[in-house]
Amino acid sequence: MQTALFIEQLLNGLQLGVMLFLMAAGLTLIFGVMGLINLAHGSLYMVGAFACATVAAYTGSFWLGLIASLAAAAAAGAIIEILVIRRLYERDHLDQVLATFALILVFSEGTRWLFGSFPLYLDIPPLLQGTVPLPGGSRYQLYRLAIIGVGVAVAVGLFLLITRTRLGMRIRAGESDREMIGALGVDIRTLYTIVFALGAALAGLAGAMVGALQSVQVGMGEPALILAFVVIVIGGIGSIRGALVGAVIVGVVDTMGRFLLPQIFGLFMNASQAGIVGGALASMLIYIVMAVVLAVRPQGLFPAAKG
Amino acid sequence: MKKFLAASVAALAISVAGVAAADPIKVGVITTLSGGGAGLGVDARDGFLLALKNAGDAAKDIEVVVEDDGQKPELAVQIADKMIQSDQVDILTGIIWSNLAMAVVPSAVAQDKFYLSVNAGPSPLAGSQCHANYFNVAYQNDNFHEAMGQYANETYKKTVIMAPNYPAGTDSLTGFKRYYKQELAGEIYTQVGQTDYAAEIAQIRASGADSLFIFLPGGMGISFMKQYAQSGVEIPVIGPGFSFSQDVLPAIGDAALGVKNSASWSQDVDNEASKKFVETFQAEYGRLPSIYAAQAYDTGSLIVSAAGKASVKDADAFRTALKAAEFESVRGKFSFNTNNHPIQDIYVREVIKDGDVLTNKIIATAFTDHGDAYAEQCALK
Amino acid sequence: MMNLSRENWVSLLLLALLLALPYAAIKFGNPFYVTLATRMAILGLAAVGLNIALGLGGLVSFGHAAFFGIGGYVAGILASHAMSMQPLNFGLFTLPGSNQMPTIWLFAMLVGGLLAAAIGTISLRTSGVYFIMITLAFAQMTFYFAISWPAYGGEDGLSILMRNQFPGFNTMVPLNFFLICYGVLVAALILFALIKNSRFGAALQAARQNEVRVASVGIAPFRIRLVAFVLSGMIVALAGALYADLNRFVSPSMLSWHMSGEFIVLIILGGVGRLAGPVAGAMLFVMFEFLLGGLTERWQFFLGLVLLGVVLFARGGLVGLLAGRQRHG
Repeated sequence: MQTALFIEQLLNGLQLGVMLFLMAAGLTLIFGVMGLINLAHGSLYMVGAFACATVAAYTGSFWLGLIASLAAAAAAGAIIEILVIRRLYERDHLDQVLATFALILVFSEGTRWLFGSFPLYLDIPPLLQGTVPLPGGSRYQLYRLAIIGVGVAVAVGLFLLITRTRLGMRIRAGESDREMIGALGVDIRTLYTIVFALGAALAGLAGAMVGALQSVQVGMGEPALILAFVVIVIGGIGSIRGALVGAVIVGVVDTMGRFLLPQIFGLFMNASQAGIVGGALASMLIYIVMAVVLAVRPQGLFPAAKG
Repeated sequence: MKKFLAASVAALAISVAGVAAADPIKVGVITTLSGGGAGLGVDARDGFLLALKNAGDAAKDIEVVVEDDGQKPELAVQIADKMIQSDQVDILTGIIWSNLAMAVVPSAVAQDKFYLSVNAGPSPLAGSQCHANYFNVAYQNDNFHEAMGQYANETYKKTVIMAPNYPAGTDSLTGFKRYYKQELAGEIYTQVGQTDYAAEIAQIRASGADSLFIFLPGGMGISFMKQYAQSGVEIPVIGPGFSFSQDVLPAIGDAALGVKNSASWSQDVDNEASKKFVETFQAEYGRLPSIYAAQAYDTGSLIVSAAGKASVKDADAFRTALKAAEFESVRGKFSFNTNNHPIQDIYVREVIKDGDVLTNKIIATAFTDHGDAYAEQCALK
Repeated sequence: MMNLSRENWVSLLLLALLLALPYAAIKFGNPFYVTLATRMAILGLAAVGLNIALGLGGLVSFGHAAFFGIGGYVAGILASHAMSMQPLNFGLFTLPGSNQMPTIWLFAMLVGGLLAAAIGTISLRTSGVYFIMITLAFAQMTFYFAISWPAYGGEDGLSILMRNQFPGFNTMVPLNFFLICYGVLVAALILFALIKNSRFGAALQAARQNEVRVASVGIAPFRIRLVAFVLSGMIVALAGALYADLNRFVSPSMLSWHMSGEFIVLIILGGVGRLAGPVAGAMLFVMFEFLLGGLTERWQFFLGLVLLGVVLFARGGLVGLLAGRQRHG
């Protein structure tokens, strides 16, 4: 039973990691290509969840909701890129932090304005309900497996997009030399808008998928955003590969910490105390891991070509 | 935000004999109208204002100022200072959260204002830091958890219990254990604001428990219940009413069906005051009221009842009038303990589907005339 | 002392305005504005502290709420031990609680400085975006610690029943407490001006503009930055201690990342690297919050729009608007 539980927890960690990857991939892509730090990425995640919940409630189909989440988040991303973000590329990080912080306020309060203060309802589609057996006799939720599948598919898709397509070639060129590709006649403004919308769509997808597991409410993006920051700092900012590795590390460490630390403390204190102390330490564990990684490798595990 | 709502707007211009021509009373409502917890505050505000509206002429001298604390303690303190210093309110009320109450209440009552709690009931304010001007019209924080402990003690043999790792969470599990004397299959502490419970659900599955007690307020409860229902684990869930109140049930959906939970009020409580409350609330706001609305409604009714008997300028007389608690409570029976906290019945409810709407139905009474464990530590008599 | 430039005139004017506000409030019978002015002074102080790291050193810290909160908790914990007459037990030695502001300030700055040294030592190995995110993450770490550590109230926070005392003042009188905070703010501004014009300040600013050149004349940028970061953390911790006394309450919300964001907002609203920028920003922010909050529950929406406007179109902030462009880069 203990082994089965362990496998189940590993899968849980992987699933959390995959979800974080969807967030982190967009963040790191945007940073890698445009050199922009986007705090409002969590708001795009929230936009995805709200769009999915609204459309699913209206049409009765989760799948239409999922498409709507991609479309809504990409559109929101494109709009803020054109109206606001575009003016920030040449600015320093301070201005970027502040402007995107301001966007969070606008998005959060604006969403509350439109949808009210009560959380929305979004359920898992019938196709993915239920559980599947695991080796060792336990069972695992189908939907969570599906999330892992989507995450892997997105990772592969991004890899192919960047290495095999014309768009990917331009993205890589943009990462290494911004002026150069402008000189080559690539419409850099459109390229940036597309990259930003792509990152936004990934965040929206994550939000919609997670929305079916959690409550869809204002502010849901902020914890995910901060975890995604930890992910890309560990992985190396600007690196998609780093984001993937970092996401899995954070997902597994966080889940295993919550699972194992109270048990470890339980060996030498009573269950109630162990739960409190272990829980407290577990909530800080990923930050400790991040500090250790940075103390050893200040540029993260997979430093991108430029800082 | 700064809404000066004179309740007299609704009143007819006929003076009713028998109602004392009392001094006007100014009530400051500090509650959460923005941010993640706004749903609770909106319900509390609406319930409170409805009580004054339903009281008609009896409430015509009660003036209300409502402000939003954004669920931030320092903002709540600032608003309380402003209401006391600038608006010169006589009574403060409305705070939903224990941490905000702990920030505001001690200094407000120290400045000779009355504070009436519509929801939070942290243990220090019921025990060592109790105060003659502080009245809790809702519950002491442990009450609902105690009720579930009592229920589980009679029903189950091996319960696993779970709460977030913060004072309200540890208090919850302490309250539960005060009445639950059977075996514990586990004691799990989660992070505050945690959204993914896969790791905990796996542990619960492996624990071999016959029941699960959870205290996960707000979005945490919604997330947990959805994930739990999907996980295929079939251990029955019990918990305090907060996670299964009318404001969150729609967001949890069918996953909440069958959950047993405790509360001092439910919309099917059989008394006239409650029926009138539910009916007028639905007519006024187009939704079913939650327990927060019910508690705030009682708070409003209590103020109206006291205002009919004494002037708020005569603090001693007004305090006595409040303590008498002679108002039509939607909970039926209601009186104050020595520490100004409620003595009331606490019910066990089950989440059911009434047509298309998820709601609660009372299935048992866990406690009759229940007080709290901290009254002895309170110096009030 | 120095030839008064237009910027210095603006600074003096702003300080005079802040000092006049509570007196006017009392005269016109609206004593609540004294509390508001005190809040301005304390937030201004915190922003002056952050401005040493951010404005002079170019270190965009998104985690200064950690120092703010730690200062607040030092005040709360010492006061609660003074109240209960039980000394703090550190195992090796014990420390009595205190309700004297000077003592509390000293400890708040000490603890804040130590925390800043620890965080700075790791964070300053990185730069740019890494630095922003790692400071944010460390602040989150202290936030979660404060929430889940049960001894001092956790999420519920810690009440200070009686405001701590200052020799010769009755601090429960709002105006007195304002004057104390105002005095500390002025002292911090003088310190900031001294640092800015000192050799250390020059090196710090040079390291911001051109790290290689500073390193080539034999100054280690890391050490200069660490000193600036620690100083900055100490001042913010002091502000936190005062803030706890203002609210007579401290809770993990002082450590939240929104708080860190607000400090940056204050500086930008006022003008980066300007002497009086943080004060102007704090005055503007508190007024904005109060007035707009009085008009609409959606005030954060409009605050967001205003901030966007300032970042995109009015980069000098309020001081920049009043005093004209800065002469150096």
